[in-house]
Amino acid sequence: MLTMTNVKKIFRTDLVETHALKDFSLQVNEGEFVAVTGPSGSGKTTFLNIAGLLETFESGQYMLDGNDVSQLSDNARSKIRNQKIGFIFQGFNLLPDLNLFDNVDVPLRYRGWSASERKQRIEHALETVGLASRQKHLPSQLSGGQQQRVAIARALAGEPRFLLADEPTGNLDSKMAHSVMELLQDINQRGTTIVMVTHDPSLAAEAGRNIFVRDGQVSELHEVNTFADVVNG
Amino acid sequence: MFRYYLRLALLSYKRNPILSSLMVLAIAMGIGACMTTITVNYIMSSDPIPQKSEQLFYVQLDSWDPNSPAREPNDPPDQVTWTDATNLMKAKQAFRQSAMARSGGVVEPENGDSKPFMTDIRLAYSDFFAMFNVPFQYGSGWDSQSDDNRDMVVVISRAMNDQLFGGENSVGKTVRLAGHNFRVVGVLKEWRLVPRFYDVTTGAFDNTEDFYMPMPLKESLELTSNGNVNCWKRPAEDGFLGFLYSECVNFQMWVELRDDAEKQAYMAFLNSYADEQRALGRFERPNNNRLSNVMEWMAYNNVVADDAEIMLWLSLMFLLVCLLNTIGLLLAKFSGKAGEISLRRAVGASRRDVFMQHLVETGLIGVIGGIAGLGLAMLGLSGIGVLYGDLANDLTSMDPKLVAIALGLALVSSILAGLYPTWRSTRVAPASQLKSQ
Ligand SMILES: Nc1ncnc2c1ncn2[C@@H]1O[C@H](COP(=O)(O)OP(=O)(O)OP(=O)(O)O)[C@@H](O)[C@H]1O
Ligand SMILES: [Mg+2]
Repeated sequence: MLTMTNVKKIFRTDLVETHALKDFSLQVNEGEFVAVTGPSGSGKTTFLNIAGLLETFESGQYMLDGNDVSQLSDNARSKIRNQKIGFIFQGFNLLPDLNLFDNVDVPLRYRGWSASERKQRIEHALETVGLASRQKHLPSQLSGGQQQRVAIARALAGEPRFLLADEPTGNLDSKMAHSVMELLQDINQRGTTIVMVTHDPSLAAEAGRNIFVRDGQVSELHEVNTFADVVNG
Repeated sequence: MFRYYLRLALLSYKRNPILSSLMVLAIAMGIGACMTTITVNYIMSSDPIPQKSEQLFYVQLDSWDPNSPAREPNDPPDQVTWTDATNLMKAKQAFRQSAMARSGGVVEPENGDSKPFMTDIRLAYSDFFAMFNVPFQYGSGWDSQSDDNRDMVVVISRAMNDQLFGGENSVGKTVRLAGHNFRVVGVLKEWRLVPRFYDVTTGAFDNTEDFYMPMPLKESLELTSNGNVNCWKRPAEDGFLGFLYSECVNFQMWVELRDDAEKQAYMAFLNSYADEQRALGRFERPNNNRLSNVMEWMAYNNVVADDAEIMLWLSLMFLLVCLLNTIGLLLAKFSGKAGEISLRRAVGASRRDVFMQHLVETGLIGVIGGIAGLGLAMLGLSGIGVLYGDLANDLTSMDPKLVAIALGLALVSSILAGLYPTWRSTRVAPASQLKSQ
């Protein structure tokens, strides 16, 4: 599904160059659930953004579904983001003026679906995360965990084949975190490929495969089972 | 999608009500100022009598000083003498004709409570009413018999009829005016003529007069001249009649000619009349007689005042300043929306989607600004009314065409102002704002 070979990403500011990814190589197969761990600043979000076509990169190759995506136009990239990929961002990134229904509606609006089809999908997605009764609420009227679940519903409503989650449980207590994890596993079971960044080794352990990122490189591709392994790399 | 964008635009307006309202205000002020001056110019240059403006002609005869033209470089005077006015009327060579002038006098109302007051009088010939499509409420104008007999008859305006007779049918009643009694033969309906083209020498934006009476009465009743008088030589004799029969010009001459043949025939007549007068020792300049239709006559007289044109340009510049201001405010507003744009881009909105969303948002501000601007224009026009008199009344019932122009101008200018901020908003990178929130 996803193959990155020697991807390099440099952030340039006036003063410094940050090599966020150096020769980053990774393959994720269709139907996998991959957890990504690593120290803060190691390049996890950068990898996820490139995987989700949110950012470009300097060199290397990225094949998505067998296609080289580095040469695609902005328009084509938007379309792939819209149709194939679901995002759960590190912040919730809900739009504060829109109620839950309309927030989940945002990606669907660019899909060209009819109002009734969108409504059905939105209601289904909100039901999945247990917020069906809150459709008319504004994000500010929800707890942090509930907001996180709306963000998940938004990512799921379009039934993407590829779900990218950047610390989807970062703002939740461990009970909530595990229930979100169950939800993701459920989705994964139904065929969605998932890449999830997390700081929590016990959550990472629940994923099918773990990778460890350090200094912009995948330093380990085997399964990581213990906390010590994660920390020591 | 348009309805979705409209909803988002309304939400966005509500999110920053002060910033949004400032933009609306900036656009409203620019549009208000522009619409005020555009309307003034539009009305000033509009055709006051579209059905007939091609058939009504103003007569100019060059009876002026042999040594210098009435107006440089070689223009005839813009009025005619009493002698020529009465001669042309007697000749009756046009389909219809009326010489005219403004006079005035004191009205002494019948009922004891009302005080006497000054008024303007339009002296004219019987054809006047038919020529200028003057609408009547009661009675009619006088006939040519009354011109010849110098009958003491008067036609009064609707407003004057309201004032003197409480709006009743006053035909047959008597009005005391300029020290004489006149019989009312007709009462006009509301008659608005903007510009009041038939006598631009007394102000093209003055009201139509309240009293109309046969012009030959000027001689017998020695009625005053309330218009412009221009002379190039001293009257040969003293006294009212000496002045009346002098070479001073004080009268407007209008003729109605239905087609080109009639116009050419009348022009030939004017030239032969001038030749005739030259033989009698007048008209010492070469023939330089003119016929101008209504629009030609208004253009010749620069009826659209220069200051109105200058105001138009100033207001357009003011609109530009308001728009520059709006651009700044829009930039501020849209940069506050970077998070939303970045998110929408991340979940699949194309640049075009983002562009359209913000185009609708600026368009909405433009339309609200346009509507508010129309309100301001109404205010501005009533203020302008002080400058141009009656004009303002006409404007409160603004032409639908002008309303459309105002809204169009607001929409176009707000979208123009929004173009750069909107384009900038499409440049927000999809991921840039999503790291933390
Ligand atoms: N837009 C940017 N401009 C400049 N430097 C950046 C930018 N985004 C990320 N970086 C740098 O790239 C490196 C990798 O950042 P990244 O966000 O991928 O880390 P991370 O692994 O997600 O960290 P965390 O676990 O704290 O979220 C960091 O050194 C960061 O400072
Ligand atoms: Mg991160």
